[in-house]
Amino acid sequence: MGRKLLLEHINEPGINTFAVYRQKGGYRAVEKALKTMSPDDVVEEVKKSGLRGRGGAGFPTGLKWSFLAKPEGVPRYLVCNADESEPGTFKDRYLMTHIPHALIEGMIVSSYALGAHTSYIYVRGEMMPQIRILEQAIAEAKAAGLLGDNILGTGYNLEIYVQPGGGAYICGEETALLESLEGKRGNPRIKPPFPAIAGLYGCPTVVNNVESIAATVPIINDGGEEYAKIGIERSTGTKLISASGNINKPGVYEIELGVSVEEFIYSDEYCGGITNGKSLKALVAGGSSVPILPANLITKTAAGNSRLMTYESLAEGGFQSGTMLGSGGFIVYDEDQCIVRNTWNFARFYHHESCGQCSPCREGTGWMEKVLHKIEHGHGTMDDIDLLWDIQRKIEGNTICPLGDAAAWPVAAAIRHFRDEFEWHVLNPQESQQRNYGLAHYADPLEPVVQ
Amino acid sequence: MLSVQENFPVEFSDALLAKFAEVVSRYPAGKQKSALLPILHLVQAEYGWLSTDAMDKVAAFLQIKPIEVYEVATFYTMYFLRPQGKYALEVCRTGPCCLVGAERIMKHIEDRLGVREGEVTADGLFSWRGVECLAACGYGPVLQIGPEYTFYENLTEESVDQLIDTLRNKAKEA
Ligand SMILES: Cc1cc2nc3c(=O)[nH]c(=O)nc-3n(C[C@H](O)[C@H](O)[C@H](O)COP(=O)(O)O)c2cc1C
Ligand code: SF4
Ligand code: FES
Repeated sequence: MGRKLLLEHINEPGINTFAVYRQKGGYRAVEKALKTMSPDDVVEEVKKSGLRGRGGAGFPTGLKWSFLAKPEGVPRYLVCNADESEPGTFKDRYLMTHIPHALIEGMIVSSYALGAHTSYIYVRGEMMPQIRILEQAIAEAKAAGLLGDNILGTGYNLEIYVQPGGGAYICGEETALLESLEGKRGNPRIKPPFPAIAGLYGCPTVVNNVESIAATVPIINDGGEEYAKIGIERSTGTKLISASGNINKPGVYEIELGVSVEEFIYSDEYCGGITNGKSLKALVAGGSSVPILPANLITKTAAGNSRLMTYESLAEGGFQSGTMLGSGGFIVYDEDQCIVRNTWNFARFYHHESCGQCSPCREGTGWMEKVLHKIEHGHGTMDDIDLLWDIQRKIEGNTICPLGDAAAWPVAAAIRHFRDEFEWHVLNPQESQQRNYGLAHYADPLEPVVQ
Repeated sequence: MLSVQENFPVEFSDALLAKFAEVVSRYPAGKQKSALLPILHLVQAEYGWLSTDAMDKVAAFLQIKPIEVYEVATFYTMYFLRPQGKYALEVCRTGPCCLVGAERIMKHIEDRLGVREGEVTADGLFSWRGVECLAACGYGPVLQIGPEYTFYENLTEESVDQLIDTLRNKAKEA
């Protein structure tokens, strides 16, 4: 059993209430930080922990905090990114639903570290029930003197507000989120300036994912060094993984970074294997934006190493044969799934969610959707496959925000690893409407395809 | 999309205006525009959709231009710019849910309600549409119903039938 830091008490009845959360040792981190540590001490502890942003990019949280500008007389803000819209990701919703005080406690500790006196939790609008839960948790914490003016008699003041989004994946991108929080369309800003210099209302701002903020609680309680002992290399601590698709036990799991992918898929402690005893065909390890890998490359790297759930191991082999940990949206495909159809579905998603500011993304995602629709429905040509490859290359790296890359990578990876399936659709237009391609040469337990 | 036919005059109640004011109090002075998205949710919860008149009145309340409200209302997918069914079923249609049968569920809803995506049933009770990933992928197929955004998870054809019947009865009683 791996250590649980965020979900340790998840099965405790009433852990969603203040009373039970407090009784289980909740808000100790607030007491410790506010009463015995300076804000810089807190930042230092988070740096020592090696915590990396859990929203997808994996940028070291302590380092990000140390970039925050501190001009005299200008307010600073902490904004929690609870927009969670990356297909395959549902861990933040789980945390906020079942143990909301873990986020509120982390918000207080983190706001204190950054010197923020007003903080916002930007929650995607569809999560109205979670918004109510968080508002209730905030009210409880406030009644207990842990929020508001002069918290615990330390002289530190903090208000936390919950902001609903309006339904737009792009508002998970941090500058689009800030635009949205200012009451505008979610168009990402051109960077620099980065939010650490000019964020919300032009003031210095840190945007962090729900899970990153909640992780500061065990870091302060046990110390950054203790946290860093868990995990491997620069992948320290625990991570929430959202597991979905064709597995026996979909759900949210807290893992110690470093568990092997194979163990995560097949052990009863986690996903419990593929449904109906079928074979694994493909896997998306970190949310729809990261490259999809065939079974043989997800359990072992091209070099033959066992693939582990860490930032480094999942990325081994680069985009030729690796992928990314991303947000931890772990999507499992069994032998009956169609890669072309899935790629079309994701392309449609990105086209739908493109904010439309840059032409490569706005037009390119639309093209990819159309071409993939054509191939999936039996009207594709071999040239279409090359056209797709060409379009995705022209999007990548040529846009204001990373949504363009996020749209391009899944298409590139699908063609790179499953080209034979695309060709089969083109060559067998009728048959491809009746049945799926199934497993092919890349299937378990064949040797990895090294390019 | 914003046509005169889609208009519907509204008069915000004092209770609703009080809620607007509470939202505005969350932001620094002069940053009341931040209240726009939360206020549009409140308006939609009250009337079921956002008419041009409602949006104009929100603009007046927040002291911003009407276009600033329209551009937001048209950008975000949760805001309805025309009347919906009393119960607007929103089914997730994204990849992970499709692995566990979301497309079958959408087809079933279409057959069962007898209206296409985006249309309203003749009795005004139901409309439906596909939406993108609802952050519930492990519990798919899923659908949500506003304005509370209650989730219905692990859907089957039978559970969808039951849900529709329950809602129909609830509407009759009301
Ligand atoms: C298109 C797009 C969508 C994103 N969606 C989310 C999201 O839903 N939640 C999130 O925490 N970060 C998301 N991010 C990453 C954020 O921009 C940002 O890096 C993150 O909130 C920083 O927090 P962290 O350092 O704690 O991970 C997204 C980025 C992009 C480009
Ligand atoms: S890459 Fe796409 S989503 Fe990002 S700013 Fe450009 S058009 Fe908008
Ligand atoms: S794909 Fe349906 S909830 Fe995520």
